[in-house]
Amino acid sequence: MLMAFKLALRNLIGAGLRTWLNVIVLSFAFVVIIWHKGILDGWDRQARTDMISWEAGGGQYWQQNYDPYDPFTISDSHAPVTGTLQNMVGHGTLTPILITQGTIYPSGRMLSVLIKGIDPAQKILAIPSAMLDTASGDIPAIIGTSMAASSKLKTGDHVTLRWRDRNGAFDATEIRIAGIFKTNVPTVDGSQIWLPLSKLQQMMLMPGEATILVCKQRNESFPAAAGWKVKDLDFLLADMNNIIKSKTAGGMVLWGILMMLALLAIFDTQVLAIFRRQKEIGMYVAMGMTRRQVVALFTTEGAMHAVLATLLGAVYGIPLLALQAIRGISFPVSGSDYGISMAERLYPHYGIRLIIMTILIVMIATTIVSYWPARKIARMKPTDALRGKIQ
Amino acid sequence: MDSGHLITIQHLKKHFAMGAGKFTALNGIDLTFDKGEFTGIIGPSGSGKTTLLNIIGSLDVPSEGKAIVMGKSVGDLGAREAAMLRKTKLGFIFQSYNLLQVHTVYENVEFPLLLLGIDAATRKQMVKDALEWVGLTDKTSSRPAQLSGGECQRVAIARAMVKKPEIVLADEPTANLDAANSHHILQTMEKLNHEFRTTFIFATHDEKVIGYIRRKIFLEDGKVAKDELITKS
Ligand SMILES: Nc1ncnc2c1ncn2[C@@H]1O[C@H](COP(=O)(O)OP(=O)(O)OP(=O)(O)O)[C@@H](O)[C@H]1O
Ligand SMILES: [Mg+2]
Repeated sequence: MLMAFKLALRNLIGAGLRTWLNVIVLSFAFVVIIWHKGILDGWDRQARTDMISWEAGGGQYWQQNYDPYDPFTISDSHAPVTGTLQNMVGHGTLTPILITQGTIYPSGRMLSVLIKGIDPAQKILAIPSAMLDTASGDIPAIIGTSMAASSKLKTGDHVTLRWRDRNGAFDATEIRIAGIFKTNVPTVDGSQIWLPLSKLQQMMLMPGEATILVCKQRNESFPAAAGWKVKDLDFLLADMNNIIKSKTAGGMVLWGILMMLALLAIFDTQVLAIFRRQKEIGMYVAMGMTRRQVVALFTTEGAMHAVLATLLGAVYGIPLLALQAIRGISFPVSGSDYGISMAERLYPHYGIRLIIMTILIVMIATTIVSYWPARKIARMKPTDALRGKIQ
Repeated sequence: MDSGHLITIQHLKKHFAMGAGKFTALNGIDLTFDKGEFTGIIGPSGSGKTTLLNIIGSLDVPSEGKAIVMGKSVGDLGAREAAMLRKTKLGFIFQSYNLLQVHTVYENVEFPLLLLGIDAATRKQMVKDALEWVGLTDKTSSRPAQLSGGECQRVAIARAMVKKPEIVLADEPTANLDAANSHHILQTMEKLNHEFRTTFIFATHDEKVIGYIRRKIFLEDGKVAKDELITKS
């Protein structure tokens, strides 16, 4: 076996340019898949952490009518926070958010917004609610940078806000932009403004009421509460998971094409080798190798492409990927284009499992395409092979 | 059945499928060979020399009759046993040398020893000896492409002889060589034949080879036409 390995390596290296071309293409396949998966995994991790800290918390309670995709139900999606839930709020393990719709009129334009009331003292989400100081008597609001950009609002600006209270009556007031925060999570930023919870409750005539309640991170107990539905993290992050999955699938296509190219080249090399090296095959048999051993030798030779590709891929791939993992990659697109959290600088994450799995898949696939043509040797007559007459 | 000969060939026939019918390449051969012979099988192109050599070398099997090589009937050997016979007892020399182009002279000669699983130290000594026999000790790390035809064939002889086989089968070993190189090759083989009593069987129609051999077997249309021993020199 060791001999076959040694011999195969000699033959392969001896074949020169052809070998290296195959190895280079195969190593690209290696590095590209690891790189691509690494970026997605890194993105997944970053997006998860961001979504959890800015929006999802450790899970949420939704008022039973609440459906974020249905704006018509929003006016019915609120209820008083009582009993167990109220206790949890008291203990700081839950924070209530009241959500409603409204319109702002920045510099004469009209913009439909979601109004979210949040407790300025809350510590559960990363939303900088402490900026919502109510000391000055007016109504402070905070917005994200992307909202600020689309509404052209700056800190200190005043803007008119119009809303309907619980009885359906319109009302309007002036609010003051008390702060602008930067987040990677578009779903707490675009087309929405954050007000102090108690102010919004007053405005809506809904004292003590909320639309959703966000649990603190790594919260483990979700006691049932009548009129409220528990939404765990799996549910809250499902959209994000789906988007990442579809990105993964897209990348797999690219990888599949690269792999196919590499495997085709190796297959071709093997088929050619078996035609061109008939006399050599005959010689191996004459020297006392069984045809099985010759098949094994040629298969090993082909499969060795994967070994060389792993080494070559490691030579340029490790420094390249490591550098990116440390320095991060900056993306010109903003996360809101994807509808999920995306940092400006992504840190790819390369798991050992991913690397081992990739190497295994490439090894196995290479061995199969090498073995396939080599089987022909087992049916060759050594006398024909020696004459080089096989068609 | 065991006649005490190194090789016994009895009523040997070899047919090849040819379209609908068959072509008879060997048509009833009876021959024996003994240890230490230096014999040529001589005949025109198509007379069946290579076919006979291949059967003796257990690369092919008889269609009828028997070929018994060192007590083993070639037609009855399994693939493994035939490979074992070739690996341990037989050496081959080909017209076109058939060296591994990407390997050095040393590695080419070492190859049969790797197959035999001989340890590295012993291997090294054996390769060194074999290269000495053929006078190529100064070319060990060259590759075949850098050698002349005569040198290539000497590498092939070293490869065939390195494991000190019982029988060396050489199919037209001088066909690609000029006169000077042919003589050199033949002298080398003659020397090894004397030194180790290795049996050499050539297939040839080269006059130069005929001048060295001590037994001439003339083949014509798959039959032995003449079998003569040369006793002089
Ligand atoms: N595998 C085969 N299939 C069909 N016919 C074959 C095969 N091998 C040899 N023959 C035929 O058998 C005959 C003898 O062939 P062989 O190669 O033994 O001749 P040879 O004496 O070695 O000739 P040469 O001097 O040209 O090498 C030839 O007519 C050849 O065409
Ligand atoms: Mg011939």
